[in-house]
Amino acid sequence: MTEAAVSSLVAAPRSFKRATRRTKRVTTALLCLFLAYTFFPLFYLLVASTKNNFDLFSTFGLWFGHDFSLFANLRDLFAHSNGIFGRWLFNTFLYSLSAGVGAALFATAAGYAFAKFSFVGREVLFGAILVAVMIPQTALVVPTFLLLAREGLTDSPLGVILPSMISPLGVYLMRVYIEQGVEDALLDAGRMDGAGEWRIFRSIVFPLVTPGFVTVLLLAFVATWNNYFLPLIVLSSPDYFPLTVGLASWYRLASMGGGGGQAMFSLVLVGALVSIVPVIILFLFLQRFWQGGLALGAVK
Amino acid sequence: MIEASAAVNGNYNGGADASPDRTMAASPKPPLRKRRRFRVSIVPYLFLAPFLLVFAAFLVAPLVYALYTSVFRDMLVGGRRFVGFANYLRVAVDSDFWGGVSNLLFFGATQVPIMLSLALTLAIVLDRGALHARGLFRLGFFIPYAVPSVVAALVWGYIYGPAFGPFSQLARGLGLPPPDFLSDRTMLFSLANIVTWEFTGYNMVIYYAALKAIPSDLREAAAIDGAGAWQYALFVQLPMLWPAILLTIIFSINGTLQLFNEPYLMRSIAPAVINTHYTPNIYAYFLSAANQQYNYAAAVSFVLGLLIAVIAGAFTWATRRGGGASR
Repeated sequence: MTEAAVSSLVAAPRSFKRATRRTKRVTTALLCLFLAYTFFPLFYLLVASTKNNFDLFSTFGLWFGHDFSLFANLRDLFAHSNGIFGRWLFNTFLYSLSAGVGAALFATAAGYAFAKFSFVGREVLFGAILVAVMIPQTALVVPTFLLLAREGLTDSPLGVILPSMISPLGVYLMRVYIEQGVEDALLDAGRMDGAGEWRIFRSIVFPLVTPGFVTVLLLAFVATWNNYFLPLIVLSSPDYFPLTVGLASWYRLASMGGGGGQAMFSLVLVGALVSIVPVIILFLFLQRFWQGGLALGAVK
Repeated sequence: MIEASAAVNGNYNGGADASPDRTMAASPKPPLRKRRRFRVSIVPYLFLAPFLLVFAAFLVAPLVYALYTSVFRDMLVGGRRFVGFANYLRVAVDSDFWGGVSNLLFFGATQVPIMLSLALTLAIVLDRGALHARGLFRLGFFIPYAVPSVVAALVWGYIYGPAFGPFSQLARGLGLPPPDFLSDRTMLFSLANIVTWEFTGYNMVIYYAALKAIPSDLREAAAIDGAGAWQYALFVQLPMLWPAILLTIIFSINGTLQLFNEPYLMRSIAPAVINTHYTPNIYAYFLSAANQQYNYAAAVSFVLGLLIAVIAGAFTWATRRGGGASR
């Protein structure tokens, strides 16, 4: 060790403490800056949702207007076009929940097969699934649409739900999860006691991997909730639209101006607010599942 | 990792097969063995079946069908005709398609490095410990991931807009000309800002998880060797993060070349700037949904998918060869 290094080590405590305090301030400031950037559009959305159309244009965008119109806007939102927004909200829940539950169930069963059985074609199939993880999602949208169009299945909710149930990443996650979290001795004990394979899966494996199941469910749920390209191209009846497609169509109407377009602005804004609330709530309450899933994905 | 776990798994299976033999040496063996064999052969396929069914129907079949479709062309006279690679040759010289690709290459070359270095800086700072309210930051940064890209694009679109966007209002209040975020020249940067807003937190969470996996005694060892925070970040953390960084780069290339939602939404408020081939996916959308040129749309989708695979593959290969940082 050189002399300089030794002296710096000896001198360390006091200057180190001062430096830490300064670093702490600098880093906290840096993070606050980025946090402000993150919340900026959300704050704008929140403020704008409380304004009527007149205040929207006549008062400053980053602060509240003269009237607090949030509840009036919400009433208008759910009343507009015979309550079509409520329909979109319901559709979105339906599509996301079915896609999430389906994806998680299929991924858990498939992951279990890959983790705990040896069978012909195992490595080939798993390789194919890993390749599928890398297939660009939206590169599949147009081909899916072409096939559905050929079979006359466009403009059907199933055309959105079924493709959203495919989660190759989910299969990968569940395989790793089951390999690490379920002991073979337990399965064999179940078999010795005469339990059938389905019973073993349901009563032994499944309870042990519930956190992984919830993670896959959440990821697929949110992906479907936020999906736009697939429902946009597959669905054409407004009655089947999810929120994203419905809101985007209103956004377009509002921007085109003309008859009634102006009055749409506050509807679009409050609709956007309503559409993000459920996912943010899910996210806040189930944080560890999200981040667990992302982390597992990253460590591979 | 996969190979390792498969090997472990193999061992487990071996153990499971062996133990009944040992414990039940006295009992009649053959029927038990026969039953096990039979089960092993059919059960895993039953568990796989539901997934494989949707996988085949909604992932493999569309790809196969699109590939098939892409070698035909619908003629006004004479109907559908086999044209071999003609559609692909047309893509190869289609300036609309390549114009969209070059838009996105420029976009990716500027936006991806900014977003990822921002995410990396935030993750390292968060991990260092010298700060207040870490949980709040981690949570806050990740929130945009929960916001649909449609909503993100729509809200930023209003913020950019001249009508009631705060920047235009400020400029008007100060007697300045309002900034035009939606012009031909500024649109890519405005889009880059939206994408950065959406995905920085997501990438940060990936880096943060990878940083947490670095054993803490490395930091102590580095400190004893006289390495400062910067040196530790640069020479210890960065190389160990390399697999995670590579993963996020590939995800980002992937996402960039597929860009659709954000520019398509911007088309509502800037129809003169975002044309029908601003990005390859917008092009494929208009070809298939609006113009019903199904055959050509299929070819465009395929070339786009191939392009993404080639660029991501080339990137992985180049960094492996460059080799210094990778393991």
